[in-house]
Amino acid sequence: MSLLLTDLINLNLSDYTDKAIAEYIWVGGNGMDLRSKAKTLPAPVTDPSKLPKWNYDGSSTNQAPGQDSEVILYPQAIFKDPFRRGNNILVMCDTYTPAGEPIPTNKRNAAAKIFSHPDVAAEEPWYGIEQEYTLLQKNVQWPLGWPVGGYPGPQGPYYCGIGADKAWGRDVVDAHYKACLYAGINISGINGEVMPGQWEFQVGPSIGISAADELWVARYILERITELAGVVVSFDPKPIPGDWNGAGAHTNFSTKSMRKEGGYEVIKKAIDKLGLRHKEHIAAYGEGNERRLTGRHETANINTFKWGVADRGASIRVGRDTHKEGKGYFEDRRPASNMDPYVVTSMVAETTILWKP
Amino acid sequence: MALLSDLVNLNLSDTTEKIIAEYIWIGGSGMDLRSKARTLPGRVDDPAKLPKWNYDGSSTGQAPGEDSEVILYPQAIFKDPFRRGNNILVMCDAYTPGGEPIPTNKRFEASKIFSNPTVIAEEPWYGIEQEYTLLQKEVNWPIGWPVGGFPGPQGPYYCGIGADKAFGRDIVDSHYKACLYAGINISGINGEVMPGQWEFQVGPVVGIGAGDQLWVARYILERITEIAGVVVSFDPKPIQGDWNGAGAHTNYSTKSMRADGGYQVIKKAIEKMGLRHKEHIAAYGEGNERRLTGKHETADINTFCWGVANRGASIRVGRDTEKEGKGYFEDRRPASNMDPYVVTSMIAQTTILWNP
Repeated sequence: MSLLLTDLINLNLSDYTDKAIAEYIWVGGNGMDLRSKAKTLPAPVTDPSKLPKWNYDGSSTNQAPGQDSEVILYPQAIFKDPFRRGNNILVMCDTYTPAGEPIPTNKRNAAAKIFSHPDVAAEEPWYGIEQEYTLLQKNVQWPLGWPVGGYPGPQGPYYCGIGADKAWGRDVVDAHYKACLYAGINISGINGEVMPGQWEFQVGPSIGISAADELWVARYILERITELAGVVVSFDPKPIPGDWNGAGAHTNFSTKSMRKEGGYEVIKKAIDKLGLRHKEHIAAYGEGNERRLTGRHETANINTFKWGVADRGASIRVGRDTHKEGKGYFEDRRPASNMDPYVVTSMVAETTILWKP
Repeated sequence: MALLSDLVNLNLSDTTEKIIAEYIWIGGSGMDLRSKARTLPGRVDDPAKLPKWNYDGSSTGQAPGEDSEVILYPQAIFKDPFRRGNNILVMCDAYTPGGEPIPTNKRFEASKIFSNPTVIAEEPWYGIEQEYTLLQKEVNWPIGWPVGGFPGPQGPYYCGIGADKAFGRDIVDSHYKACLYAGINISGINGEVMPGQWEFQVGPVVGIGAGDQLWVARYILERITEIAGVVVSFDPKPIQGDWNGAGAHTNYSTKSMRADGGYQVIKKAIEKMGLRHKEHIAAYGEGNERRLTGKHETADINTFCWGVANRGASIRVGRDTEKEGKGYFEDRRPASNMDPYVVTSMIAQTTILWNP
């Protein structure tokens, strides 16, 4: 029976029809739940502005009342669909009322305004986001590979580790890497993390708003893959309390000025400004981050702002290369794994480029 | 699950020029292999053209948290048998940001020895016989062995076949093909005397390449056991009692040994090895005293002896070599958990450079 099912799933429709399937993706009512549904297009489309707007039942995702439930989807970015392949596409959308106002959970709209500001556009802000996540067993709320009712040996052997006793879930990670490359996402690498069952992928460098579009679609592809694998993905910033690392979304950032000769001074000024707005940033860097930013496990305490070269216990880390060459980028280590990249990327740009103390 | 493997097996060459490079290094214990991957804009065949990279040394016992970057220098490229296409495995060694090899980096010193003009002129060849044991994942016991008990005594298992004699052949055979695919000079495999124990051989390889290839072969093996849900052990005496240990016999020859009259060169070399027996043993792997007992085809750890076709000797010379008056010899002392950078360079150093 299963042989025929995969034959059908893998049918290459380009042999029979010009039609293409577009999976429209949006962020749901709790800000982290991804939703999607598909529609047929008469022909392949590669330009998002040529895709039709669509709508969905917002009362089923906590984004609209029942008596006025239509929420409108505006297509913003297209990626190749690694699951349906052929000419089929994934479409990242954001959400509006029928009157054209962004609904409250739409964080992309405000971010797009910041990235369209001429001063920001001129600085060509680049982002590299390191998304950490934990794989959980489907039937119990416990990480993949961990004995139910117990714990694996302490952290040490798992970071970039190999072997059946150290690396759990590599299939998911490797399938995700190739699927994202296929889709056209700028995925730059993967590694096994310090806590067993935890992994990381990096997206970037991407410019402006596209960094967040790509990260959201990469998260979507990841959760679709864990669905295939019968495993659950968690973006909780501290899935297991105790002597186990949390999960973050370190955000690497640079502007044109930082990448040029003399950039290191620009970087230091930018870091100073980020320090002056530490509380505001922290408030926007993900729910539950206080369980993760303790000052241990390669984090800085949530109430402390400090930066350092090659210092993994700092809020912001500057790489040795950047320090040596006098130009480059810095890494904001504060965002939690469940941060909204539209919020974080635009806020970092706003504080460092537009805001004045 | 069929769809998951479709994705893992996607051939990206159809959609992009980008490739994935898996950078491999040795961690803080000297035996723990680590790796992570990065995307490169196009195909690369020359390690000198690969970018240096870095990793968090504080997570592998190789750097403090407040100054944690360790730099990876790419040294050798192999085709990636897991991702295939144009994707690659990259064997690296580890340096401080200041450019100094970190203490666990054994390749650096080995490379200096292999760059010595006298050593280069002798074209040292190595053939390493890597033995290893496969263990069940949930209990620290060899695969195929009954939990809480033992299989029948040694005898039927060496090169044996059958479900009651050979445990884990899937892993061994996929490893063999994967290494050949990767470009590793794997020369053979066999089932070993202890059930659940196997051996593969890498070589002949010249100079530092022997260490690079053996490390990557070990990496591929552990990635394969990860897929198979089995644990690989390089412990030199995994089971106490009347069960063989696991070694990494190192076969060796130089240009002079391979030329006519080479047998005399071999005898001189073996004598020099005998004079430095203690130093070699100290560098030939942790726990080797549990294995080199004088029984189970080993020589006692405190004794140095050599002989033709003698598997109870420290160093064995093959009958062919004796007959033809030239060839190679086999150092049987190294344990399965030896570092091939250390062992291969030390043998070259003692036999070619050192004078008593």
